Amino acid sequence: MEERRADPDALLAAVQAEEHRARRGKLKIFFGATAGVGKTYAMLEAARAKKAEGVDVVVGYVEPHGRAETERLLEGLEAIPLLMLRDGQALVREFDLDRALARKPQLLLVDELAHTNALGSRHAKRWQDIEELRDAAIDVWTTVNVQHLESLADVVAGITTVRMQETVPDTVFESADEVELIDLPPDDLLQRLREGKVYVPEKVRVALENFFRKGNLIALRELALRKTAERVDAAMDRYRVTEGIGAPWAAGERVLIGIGPKSDGESLVRAGKRLAAALHAPWIVVYVETPDLIRLPDAQRNRRIAWLRLAEALGAETVTLGGHSAGAELVGYAQTRNVTRVLLGEPSRRGIARWVRPSTVDHVLARARGIDVTVIKTTESMRIARSPLLARSAAYLAAPPSAKRRWPGYAWTAAAVALTTALAWITDPALNETNTAMLFLTAIVLLAWRFGRGPAALASVLSVLAYNFFFVEPRFTLNVADGQYLITFGVLMMVGLLVGHLMASVRLQARVAGHRERRTALLYAMTRELAATRETTGIARAAVRHIGEVFDAQVVVLLPGKRGRLACPRAADGPPEPSSLRGADLSVAQWVQDHGQPAGLGTDTLPAAAARYLPLAASDATLGRLGVLAVLPVNPRRVLLPEAAHLLETFAAQLALALERADLAERAQSAAVAAESEAVRNSLLAAVSHDMRTPLAVIGGAASSLAEDGAQLDAQTRRELAQTIVDESTQMTQLVSNVLDMTRLESGRSVVRPEWVPLEEVVGSALRRLQRPLAGHRVTTHLDDAPALILGDPVLLEQLLFNLLENAAKYTPAGSHVSITARRGVDEVELLVADDGPGFAPDIEPESLFEKFQRGRVEGAIGGVGLGLAICRSIARAHGGDIRAERLPAGGALFVTNLPQTAEAPTVPREASDE
Amino acid sequence: MTSAPHAVLVVDDDPQLRRLLRTTLAGQGFRVIEAETAGRGLIEAKSHKPDLVILDLGLPDAEGHAVVRGIREWSSMPIVVLSARVDEQQKIAALDAGADDYVTKPFTVGELLARIRSALRRAAQPAESGELLQLGATQIDLARRDARGPQGEVHFTPIEYRLLAALARHRGAVATQRQLLREVWGPEHVDQPHYLRVYMKQLRAKIEPDPAQPRYLLTEIGIGYRLLAETDQ
Repeated sequence: MEERRADPDALLAAVQAEEHRARRGKLKIFFGATAGVGKTYAMLEAARAKKAEGVDVVVGYVEPHGRAETERLLEGLEAIPLLMLRDGQALVREFDLDRALARKPQLLLVDELAHTNALGSRHAKRWQDIEELRDAAIDVWTTVNVQHLESLADVVAGITTVRMQETVPDTVFESADEVELIDLPPDDLLQRLREGKVYVPEKVRVALENFFRKGNLIALRELALRKTAERVDAAMDRYRVTEGIGAPWAAGERVLIGIGPKSDGESLVRAGKRLAAALHAPWIVVYVETPDLIRLPDAQRNRRIAWLRLAEALGAETVTLGGHSAGAELVGYAQTRNVTRVLLGEPSRRGIARWVRPSTVDHVLARARGIDVTVIKTTESMRIARSPLLARSAAYLAAPPSAKRRWPGYAWTAAAVALTTALAWITDPALNETNTAMLFLTAIVLLAWRFGRGPAALASVLSVLAYNFFFVEPRFTLNVADGQYLITFGVLMMVGLLVGHLMASVRLQARVAGHRERRTALLYAMTRELAATRETTGIARAAVRHIGEVFDAQVVVLLPGKRGRLACPRAADGPPEPSSLRGADLSVAQWVQDHGQPAGLGTDTLPAAAARYLPLAASDATLGRLGVLAVLPVNPRRVLLPEAAHLLETFAAQLALALERADLAERAQSAAVAAESEAVRNSLLAAVSHDMRTPLAVIGGAASSLAEDGAQLDAQTRRELAQTIVDESTQMTQLVSNVLDMTRLESGRSVVRPEWVPLEEVVGSALRRLQRPLAGHRVTTHLDDAPALILGDPVLLEQLLFNLLENAAKYTPAGSHVSITARRGVDEVELLVADDGPGFAPDIEPESLFEKFQRGRVEGAIGGVGLGLAICRSIARAHGGDIRAERLPAGGALFVTNLPQTAEAPTVPREASDE
Repeated sequence: MTSAPHAVLVVDDDPQLRRLLRTTLAGQGFRVIEAETAGRGLIEAKSHKPDLVILDLGLPDAEGHAVVRGIREWSSMPIVVLSARVDEQQKIAALDAGADDYVTKPFTVGELLARIRSALRRAAQPAESGELLQLGATQIDLARRDARGPQGEVHFTPIEYRLLAALARHRGAVATQRQLLREVWGPEHVDQPHYLRVYMKQLRAKIEPDPAQPRYLLTEIGIGYRLLAETDQ
């Protein structure tokens, strides 16, 4: 075997499958050919051994079959009490899934994988219960017979002539981690049967006498052995994939099964499954919708639904195509999908009928190039005993209720024929007989084109009669002298019918295509609207509207809130919530949300629910489930057809995408905000570290001088060095405070606590702090024009004034005048800090002063990071106001802060003055 | 003054700061006792009965105000708290609980010593209601409700006298808004600081030569007020 690199996609699939298996509970199936081989017994024995090893084993449901030996094995094993359900008149005992989930044992024994649960259980089938148990990471052991496997159901039916009602999808069997074959030679089994050791329900005892014939048993045993061997094969393949030994897909086969209204769909689908499995190839089941479909009775139409769902259950991709010629459609599709093999049922027509009107098989054979065509003989051939013509007319009589509308057509036809006859009569002398016939032909074609099949037929018949009666010798009788005319009649009839048929088909095609196109247009419309909507409620609303329109249903989109719990949307101005989607149905939706699987109408979980619930899943599993779409259709059929179900899923997928996009956009935005504040912090840190170095260097130098050479220095020098240290540390403190203030203000953590702030005190406090820097300046205050108390945060406002005054002290020479004025404005208070110093440089834009790290002049001896004014602006803005800078005409700088005042200061009651 | 040096208990978890305080205070003639944690601090306070406690509010094992309350249960010894700049609430809580004064880190030694001296002075001379207050050119007799200023008699309303008395009681320390509101207007008015503002403004107008730049009735923004009499300047 040559070494090959493993196909990465296949490897990834294998790894993912492995991970999935590792997380899920393990399933072990005790597999047997028939009832009575001893599966339950073997399971219980093995379970007891496990229990002895210390594993937590619990019995979920075991059918004791009335056998003492089995009863004995059950002793000592903990059992979950069974659920009592009412099934019609009787009370039945069923496996209690919820209790089992609550108990959460390591290993759970649940007999009879193929069992159908009674009404009232959560799932329709026991295998679904087991799937849910596995999802909850509980290991499960179960039993099943070979006849219960879906893909083998018809083979078994062929062997035993007994059709199994309860089946298990092959996917479940194949997903089992271990399958143990309990084998018993047929002779031993028969012996057991005779000894009465095999449990058989009384009511079917007689029917099953047939079942337990030796021939059957041998065949069934072989089936079971083969199935087990297949599993080994599959395991081998997986091994090969992971080890990179040989590629199973090297042949790259792809199988297409074509079924139509007349096929035996079920057998074909099952045959397709076997073929696909044998070839290890993906398979597609294509149903071609020809114009015949519309006129089939309902029962037959529903069959196609059943076939397609069966195909899906067996693991096929299903597609429905529409077209006039099934063969052409199939081949065309096969070529686009790179199909290598087409499987068809045997044609229903034989012999000459087939030669005259080739069947689909013939069409396909003629067109298929490079594609193998396999024709299956089915066990039950469906033969339409009636001839095609009669079949059509029979279906015709059961036609859709447009009969009323047709009457005008017929009336018109009769009139037209009469008119043509009259016309022909008038022109009779001028035209020869051939051309008279042409007149009628023209009439027929026109009528067929205009009115369709029925009137066309009528036209043909009437025309022939009229022609015969009025224009063919002998006239005015229906006799025909010259036999040639019979040919004429024949042709007239045929043309009429043909054109009518053609027109009808074309119209039908157009209608079908119109329907499809409309659906696609609706999907496009929804997608487009979703693309334009940004936020979640808008998206949900758009989806509700569109989906409701397409499926003629009430639609609700449920979005998860905290902790993944769904809540009914609060429809403030949206569509009203349907009354059924409340309470109990919210729990169904919650189940769907938790498990990520559809439930409700048309699914296997809670099929009795009125609505269908679809999970909305994100493309990336880490984002979690986005919500649940609930659809309550007026006509349940709209949702049941696989095609409709697919369309619904497509809509749901679009909705999920849009929701995901909205969610991601939100995250992106908050990430951008976080990134920005990160950037601000970083720039602040950079500036700070730069501006701290100088003072630190000075402090370090001075301090080390004092420490090392202190003794050698004179008192004056020592004092100077010490003072330097004090000054520089003050500087650094100021710097650090500024930076801290800035970050706090920017991050929004600094809460403005508005209270009634005495302006005078704030000013006084700021001035006191700056006593030394302002010592050489002349400071005046004018606060009488403003209210005594203003609304604001005292600490922040003091800081604002401090920064402004410090700036004034720093940037003006000694002796300058600094004035602080407060003015009352309309709903605001203005604080003006002015100086008569040099002001700021002429090329500086006043607004730019308030940017971070800005200085009024080139950095030089004047230290400070340049945050002072930026902080002032942040404080002013935090109060709902702002600050601006102006050059004074006489020279100097002016800073105006305006603070909105939204309320009147409270008054204090005057008290009677003493003395 | 007393012959024995004053004993100061320093409760601070930072060893560098403790060293600084020890050196500085010892240089000023104080006897320094150190404690690293609040628990240790309370024990030392009980056993040594210091004349003053310097308490850092950022202690790991207890909230500052809890320690102040602990000490205040059995002693009225002066407490000066050291606080970080940002934590206003911590500072106010400690002062409301009974601390006399505060110093914000980073501080100069001058500030700290000034506060310590004020607090010790206050402890040594408990305010009597019959005291005369000399605030600049204004002399106020709290007991007789009489005041004389440079322009002659100064009228103060009864509430203004009560406020002055409360401030005088806290002389050498800072009085928080809550304390003043409670002492002057009663517990129901602790959430109406505008009363306090208006009356302080009135007092300043009557006493201060430049009300906008007060020298005697100082505002500690966000905290409260401080009375600095002539002798305290």
